[in-house]
Formats: sequence, C-alpha cells, structure tokens
Amino acid sequence: MLSLENIYLELEVEDQKVPILQDVNLNFEAGKMYALTGPNGSGKSSVARVAMGIYRQSSGKVLYNGEDISNLGISERARRGIGYAFQHPPRFKGMPVKDMIEMAFKYSDGYDCQVLRDIGLCPDQYLERTLDNSLSGGEIKRIEIATLLAQNPRVRIFDEPEAGIDLWSFEQLIDVIGNSHRQDTTTVVISHQEKILNMVDEIVLIREGTVSMRGSREEIWPQIKESAECPCRKSCRLEEEIYADCPR
Amino acid sequence: MLTALDKKLLQEIADLHGEPPGAFNIRKDGEGIERRSLEGIEIKPKKDQPGIEVIVAPGKEGTVHIPVILTETDLSDLVYNKIDIGEQANITLVAGCGIHNPGTGNAQHDGIHEIYVRKGARLVYTEKHFGEGEKGGKKVLNPKTVLYVEEGAYAELELVQIRGVDHTTRVTEAEVQAGGRLVMYERLLTDGEQSANSDVLVKLMAEESTARIVSRSVAQGHSRQSFNPRLLAYGPGRGHVECDSIIMDQATVRSVPEIWAENSEAELVHEAAIGKIAGEQLIKLMALGLTEEEAEEAIISGFLK
Repeated sequence: MLSLENIYLELEVEDQKVPILQDVNLNFEAGKMYALTGPNGSGKSSVARVAMGIYRQSSGKVLYNGEDISNLGISERARRGIGYAFQHPPRFKGMPVKDMIEMAFKYSDGYDCQVLRDIGLCPDQYLERTLDNSLSGGEIKRIEIATLLAQNPRVRIFDEPEAGIDLWSFEQLIDVIGNSHRQDTTTVVISHQEKILNMVDEIVLIREGTVSMRGSREEIWPQIKESAECPCRKSCRLEEEIYADCPR
Repeated sequence: MLTALDKKLLQEIADLHGEPPGAFNIRKDGEGIERRSLEGIEIKPKKDQPGIEVIVAPGKEGTVHIPVILTETDLSDLVYNKIDIGEQANITLVAGCGIHNPGTGNAQHDGIHEIYVRKGARLVYTEKHFGEGEKGGKKVLNPKTVLYVEEGAYAELELVQIRGVDHTTRVTEAEVQAGGRLVMYERLLTDGEQSANSDVLVKLMAEESTARIVSRSVAQGHSRQSFNPRLLAYGPGRGHVECDSIIMDQATVRSVPEIWAENSEAELVHEAAIGKIAGEQLIKLMALGLTEEEAEEAIISGFLK
C-alpha cells in the first residue's frame, strides 16, 4: 500500500546539511500492523514525516498504491488516505476540540464523536474545550489520536502514541489502535513499548537513519527482549547495534 | 421601516434577523428610527446631547439591543449613550455598529458609552463592529466606553471588530469597586491598509476587586495595530492582562501592557506575545487534508473565537 524506495533525507541545521535518512527501503502492506522502533534520534519520526510529505526526501520515491506521490503535498496525501498522529501535537489557542474533530471528518467516510469516547474522553466534557494550555499533555495526545481515528485514513501512522499518556489510558490506547485496524488499512506505530511491539505483525528497527533489521514479531522480538534483559548490555547482538555509541 | 441592507448590517453586528427581542433602540444615519422600552427597562433620547439613556430598574433581568447602522457616505455620527443597570439586575446588552459606505467619502461613527453597573448587578456587554463598501470610502469607528462597576457587581465586555473597518481608535476605561469583577475580551482583525488603536485603562479601586483583560488580534496585509492596556490597583485587587497577536504579511503590531500597583496586597500580571502562525499548526491541519490557505483561516478563526 505504502512504499518508501531508496529514501535519502538531508535537513539543514544551522546552515549545514545533516544526513537524517540513508537508503531507507520500506514496504507497508494493507491489512498489516507495523512498529518502527529504535534509539532516540535514529530517524523513526523522519521516516513517518517523509511518508506524510512533511519532509521532502533528498532522493528516492514514495509510492502509494503504486502511484508515485513524491511530489504531492501534505494535504493531497492526507486526502488520498495517509494520516499521521503527531508525537508532540501543537496546541491551538481558541480552537475547540469539536472544530478539530470536524475538520478531521471532512475527508473521512466514517466515524463520529465516538472516537473521543473510544480514547477515554467524554465528548460532553471535551468537545467545547479549547486545544490550548488548559489541557494536559496526555489529554492533547489522546485528542490527537482521536483526530486520526476520526480522519479514518487507509494508512495510519501513530508517532509514539504512548508518550505522555498514563498507564490506564495506555492500555485503552492499545485496544483502540488494535480495534481500529482493518483488512484494508495499514497501521504503523512508532514506539518503544513492549506491548505495542507485541501486537504488530512486523517490527522495523531503525538505527542511524537506516533500516537496521526488520521481521516478524517472532523473529525480532526475542532479540530485543534478550537485549533488554542483558545485565551488562554488551553481549547480545541487537544491544550492540542499539548501544554502539555507549561508552560501556 | 428597515431595508434589506439595514437588516443585513444588523445581522452582521448583532445577529438579528428582524425586530430584536426585549428592549431596543436602532439608530440609523444619525437618528433613532425604532425604539421599544419595557417595564423596568426604559430607553429614552437624551435632551442635551445626541444619544439615548437606558435605565434598568433594580432586580430586572432582560436583553437590550442598541445597534447603530450607517448607510450613507460623507456622514459623521456622534452619540453619547448613558446606561444605568440597577442594583441586582441581570442584563445582556448588545451594542455595535455596522457601516455600509456606498461612496468615496468617509462614514464615521463615534460612540461614547457611559455605563453604570450598580451594586450586585450583572452586565454582559457585546459590541461588534463591521464595515463594507465598494467605492473606497473610509469606514471609521471610534468607540469610547467608560464603565463603573460598583460593589459586588460583574461586568463582561466582548469587543469585536473582525472585518472592513479602515480605522478605529478604541478607548475603554473602567473603575471596579470592592468585590466587583470585570472581564474584557477584545478581538480584532485588520487587513490591507487598516489601522486600529486600543487604549484600555482599568482601575481596581478597592479590596477584592478583580479584572481580566484578554486581547487577541490578527494583523494582515500592511495593517497596523497598537494596544495599550493598563491595569492599576489602588487597593488589594487582582488583575491579569493578556495580549496575544498573530502577525502576518507586512503588518505592524505594537503592544504595550502596563500594570501599576499602589497597594502591597495587589496582585497584577501581564503577558504579551506577538508571533506568526506556528508551522506545526499549519502542518497539523494540512495533515487532515486542509489546504494551506484553509489551515491558516481555521487557525485565525479559532484564535479570534
């Protein structure tokens, strides 16, 4: 459904071009759930932002259902069915939650305010609230996820959906992401959480801007788990990859 | 008799779709054209100056509309209105001015409101400004509101100018007595070569008096805005001034909030911010399928809501 082919991305930081992604090749199929994981700063969010058109790749192609959408803007990609829930959703002074959800419905063919209930927020209490500093980080994050569900895209990318969310809501969040997934949708979750890595069909490990490893949960997860349990953080292969720069 | 144009202007400024409910006075092109008083809400013309007196009896509840419309060019209209909200009354007052300038001359309305909110009374006051016209004649609105909030009274002011006014100089002054509360929301959008100045002076006169001044504005095109909200505490009052502006294109915004305490128990805070629309906000809305222009419009509309 969504493919990234030979993606290179450089971003300008303080007048210097910094390589962010190098030769990333990924194919996300319909009906499957994926997790992108890896160390902080490895390029996971950048992969998502290239897919969404927020970052334009320096070279390579983004294909959606076989069509080259590399030159399409963010809005066009969203209208075609790609959705992205931000890791740090921006706040909007004066804008009610209701308006945000309604804008998400605009190009959607399903869902209603039930999306707020699904994510543990009572519509009566939240629809008129404004998306400003009066809402906590966790509330803003849950509304962001509800917005993506309201948008009902075919490709749904959740960027660290668990960040800032309390434990109880996290359990609910996993159910919501799992239940919203269908045979005709592709779900990509950027996460470090074991429970999320456990629920997907395929895990992609991103490291230093490239795909370091990918495979089924069964193939990848034991290695990740083993590395996490390794007391000295030296002996296992995956740990060496993730913590290559660690002085220990 | 109201024309279709009159009705359109009334709808813009007061959301009216015909004769207003409750007591009202409609002023058109310098003259009062329709008026209705009710028991406990008397509206009468002033004898010594152009304008009206609105007298609300103690304990009375209700709605009063006093809109002004201008439909001629080369017209300057000046009114002095006095509004007296009796003790323990609860009134919603809708003022505002709509100008349709059909020519190339100026159409100007200067409205001076003197408002007394007596002890324990509650007033919600809305003033909306609107201007339109095809031939380039200026639409000018200069309102001055002087408000006296007595002991234990509450006044809420919503002052809105969204589009079409070429120049405005707005002056708002208030004195808040012990236990009185004032909340003021100002929302302003200017575009093209328009300019807007807003001077606010709120005096917290005694203990437990509070004020909150919230100003939100968007400056587009080559427009210029200037804000000078001042909050003075003579007694142990509490107040908060918040000025927030979105600046776009080649516009200019100047914001000078001032707080001034003459009592060691006073608590005053001011915040002021000027900035462009955040890139992440645009991206977020575009990721919902909105175009960049639609996203910008949605952000501005929410900001000024």
